[in-house]
Amino acid sequence: MSDLTRLTAAELAEKIHAGEVSAAETTQAHLDRIAAVDDDVHAFLHVDAEGALEAARAVDAGIAAGTAPASPLAGVPLALKDVLTTRGVPTTCGSKTLEGWLPPYDATVTRRLRDAGVPILGKTNMDEFAMGSSTENSAYGPTRNPWDLDRIPGGSGGGSSASLAAYEAPLAIGTDTGGSIRQPAAVTATVGVKPTYGGVSRYGLVAFSSSLDQAGPCGRTVLDAALLHEVIAGHDPMDATSIDAPVPAVVDAAREGARGDLSGVRVGVVRELSGEGYQGGVLRSFEAAVAQLKELGAEVVEVSCPNFTYALPAYYLIAPSECSSNLARFDAMRYGLRVADDGNHSAEEVMSLTREEGFGAEVKRRVMLGTYALSSGYYDAYYGSAQKVRTLITRDFTAAFEQVDVLVSPTTPVTPFKLGEKVDDPLAMYLNDICSIPANLAGNAAMSVPSGLSDEDGLPVGLQIMAPALADDRLYRVGAAYETARGPVLDKLGELEAAK
Amino acid sequence: MTTTAELMDYAEVVERYDPVLGLEVHVELSTDTKMFCGCPNSFGGDPNTHVCPVCLGLPGALPVVNGTAVESAIRIGLALNCDIAEWCRFARKNYFYPDMPKNFQTSQYDEPIAFDGHLDVVLDDGEVVRVDIERAHMEEDTGKSLHVGGATGRIHGAEHSLLDYNRAGVPLIEIVTKPITGMGERAPEVARAYVTALRDLLRAMDVSDVRMDQGSLRCDANVSLMAKGANEFGTRTETKNVNSLRSVERAVRYEMTRHAAILADGGSIKQETRHFQEADGTTAAGRTKETAEDYRYFPEPDLVPIAPTCEWVEQLRATIPELPWQRRKRIQEDWDLTDEELRDLVNTGAIDLVAATVDAGATQADARSWWVQYLNQQATSRETELADLTITPAQVARVIELVGSGELTNKLARQVVDGVLDGDGDPDQVIEKRGLKVVSDDSALLAAVDEALAAQPDVADKIRGGKVQAAGAIVGAVMKATKGQADAARVRELILERVGAA
Repeated sequence: MSDLTRLTAAELAEKIHAGEVSAAETTQAHLDRIAAVDDDVHAFLHVDAEGALEAARAVDAGIAAGTAPASPLAGVPLALKDVLTTRGVPTTCGSKTLEGWLPPYDATVTRRLRDAGVPILGKTNMDEFAMGSSTENSAYGPTRNPWDLDRIPGGSGGGSSASLAAYEAPLAIGTDTGGSIRQPAAVTATVGVKPTYGGVSRYGLVAFSSSLDQAGPCGRTVLDAALLHEVIAGHDPMDATSIDAPVPAVVDAAREGARGDLSGVRVGVVRELSGEGYQGGVLRSFEAAVAQLKELGAEVVEVSCPNFTYALPAYYLIAPSECSSNLARFDAMRYGLRVADDGNHSAEEVMSLTREEGFGAEVKRRVMLGTYALSSGYYDAYYGSAQKVRTLITRDFTAAFEQVDVLVSPTTPVTPFKLGEKVDDPLAMYLNDICSIPANLAGNAAMSVPSGLSDEDGLPVGLQIMAPALADDRLYRVGAAYETARGPVLDKLGELEAAK
Repeated sequence: MTTTAELMDYAEVVERYDPVLGLEVHVELSTDTKMFCGCPNSFGGDPNTHVCPVCLGLPGALPVVNGTAVESAIRIGLALNCDIAEWCRFARKNYFYPDMPKNFQTSQYDEPIAFDGHLDVVLDDGEVVRVDIERAHMEEDTGKSLHVGGATGRIHGAEHSLLDYNRAGVPLIEIVTKPITGMGERAPEVARAYVTALRDLLRAMDVSDVRMDQGSLRCDANVSLMAKGANEFGTRTETKNVNSLRSVERAVRYEMTRHAAILADGGSIKQETRHFQEADGTTAAGRTKETAEDYRYFPEPDLVPIAPTCEWVEQLRATIPELPWQRRKRIQEDWDLTDEELRDLVNTGAIDLVAATVDAGATQADARSWWVQYLNQQATSRETELADLTITPAQVARVIELVGSGELTNKLARQVVDGVLDGDGDPDQVIEKRGLKVVSDDSALLAAVDEALAAQPDVADKIRGGKVQAAGAIVGAVMKATKGQADAARVRELILERVGAA
């Protein structure tokens, strides 16, 4: 493995901007790594070597000419989740229905990355339309967890997190509707952040559930995530739900946190996010993390968010309802898959048959759930009630944040399970997101940071930190302090690999 | 598959039944850009040239509300005497159709921006009817389908279909009336008068082209009948494809006679969509569905709520121009017109033109006379609208001025107007080009008078003998000789002078 692929994004940026290494060789090193390991890991659906190298060479030319880098991450390559549109580069959302589609436009996140001089290595694998917790719902086969290739890398953004853990990319973008950034981060021992809803533009993010979807940064360190956060965040007039407010100073917060002092910071442990159903090793890792936060000077109290208990059922009404409408556009008329267009089938039949063939089982399940929940006569009982629960959960957060600065919990109740283990049990699969969903429903910010390995199976565990909306900087301060104190987790994977 | 429907004689219909109407009018706003994206909002264009990721509903694209469209919606609501919502949202109306890019229409459902208003409508005989407005809400238009092959031009039975998304995302305001009851035999007329009043209002507000022929104003007419004395409304039908004001009246009338025949025969009305057929004035059933459409409305999560402040609403209220009927009333008083004179003005669509001509210096009587009579005839013979004639109010005022100063006779003036309409330039240019000035040079006229008197000595004698009215024949001859360019009154004076009768 090239040394360049072992460096953090912050370290790479420093070397590239100092002229010690070129962006092109950095990008090439990661492309080489992808070529070496991705047959096993399958983090990428599409590798855009030419596009990435071209962007890298442009950064190098700028540096040679003595112009200031376009951003603190200029020249540092990145893996982009395949749910964000890339002009002229395939964007499938892990679905057969978009196989071969070349978007005519860039997502705002994509454009900001390009403007920042970040070479995009390729598009990462995901559960179809971001529905799932294991990437097993990808139409193109699952991604494997670099910690154990027989295990899931989390989902839906398993490709992004696995690309980081496998050192195929130093940075990645994920999207998080119910935990699709944080749960993959937890099970691969990487860092993933779901920013405040509206903090990062959704323009060009192919919608699963519009009121919950949020793109965010993924990295191997809290500082790297912060650097990426500042590149992609900020108001976008193309997204009506984008917040017109300054981006929280997350890089400064990460640097401050890394000094290891959390005195005066009040941390709340959410009583409802532990107990039955949680793996012993996960709970022990979480308790150790809480103890570590205390050692750093944080004041730790237990808080209760009683309505979090209803988060999962509320989520599984709201998200499918919105998805049933958002996915209606995949009808073969304008782009994507078209079947049975043989002159013998009506337009209606072509639409129906295309959707039958183009969507996988989980997508169909959710479209049907949502269609039912929105139906006349059921709306109030299902969608309407779920929205009320959502309000109650937001109130729980508001009340909790009157007492504490951040809330903590395990990111997921269990360590990564085996591929195939839960594919036939959707409810068991859905439970993976039980800790992460409340932050999506309320729209506030949350992060998963590695909290070590479970003592019973040696697999990664994540600590979830949650902050109020627009206070994303608190995540980075607390996350960086904890990360510094706890020490690197992912390095253990390198040691494991080297020992093989 | 058209079958001739049984119809009941209209007089009998209104004797036995009370009609109930509900009118849904869709208005395309004439904003520069579409409802949720920056694409140009203009009629026509090569297919699929006014499109972008947003209005094509491409994966990942998001809508952003057009602020001008919201302004127009509020202004329309205010002009219709509606309450304006302090807080409202868009909603998704979900159904699959190829010309709808997202397979949902972004519309408003239970939170319209304007509600509970009314419009006072003036019927042909001057009676005023108040039509209550249920709501006015914002939504986006769909694309257009062209179904090729097949007999009906509809998707059913077509060989293939072409889709043009230029219209997709064009801002629409849907204005829905409350049930219009108690109109009896005048129901069809009320329907037409309502749509006419709405058209005039929207035109005066400059928010829409309101061209029914181009679809920028579309009316769906809901009609039901209830037996005299009944308390409950009957089953309604909704007639679409009503593309002119006259068709509104015809469609309502036709449905009334059709419903009545079915009801009188003991049958029941099927709740369905019907299509108006311009050619024979009938309606035909649309494709019926076995189950009622469930649109699964829910609040549009990609857009934030709209909460117009009181200040903003009041600012917009101040921009609403004098409404057409208020203006008509004022003009009738200012110009001292009889009801009949006013109606002529309204029916010919001449009010604005006359007012502009008056503003350009003409008297209202002259201006009215020109627009309502000669120019109206010209519009008819040239098969165009009065307003579309290629003459401006200022040019008409100039012609009137020249007649007043004696430089043109009425006959010459009409020739000048013809010249302007034919594209020969403004009145003075036409006079120059066609040599239409009144011949006022007495010496030239005297020669013509002498010639005419010499040619008809018997008439000259009659005049000399005191039969002054006989001069008309000589006047006619002189006018003929001068090709009508002489001032007839002056000719007459000269004739009398010449024969010594003066």
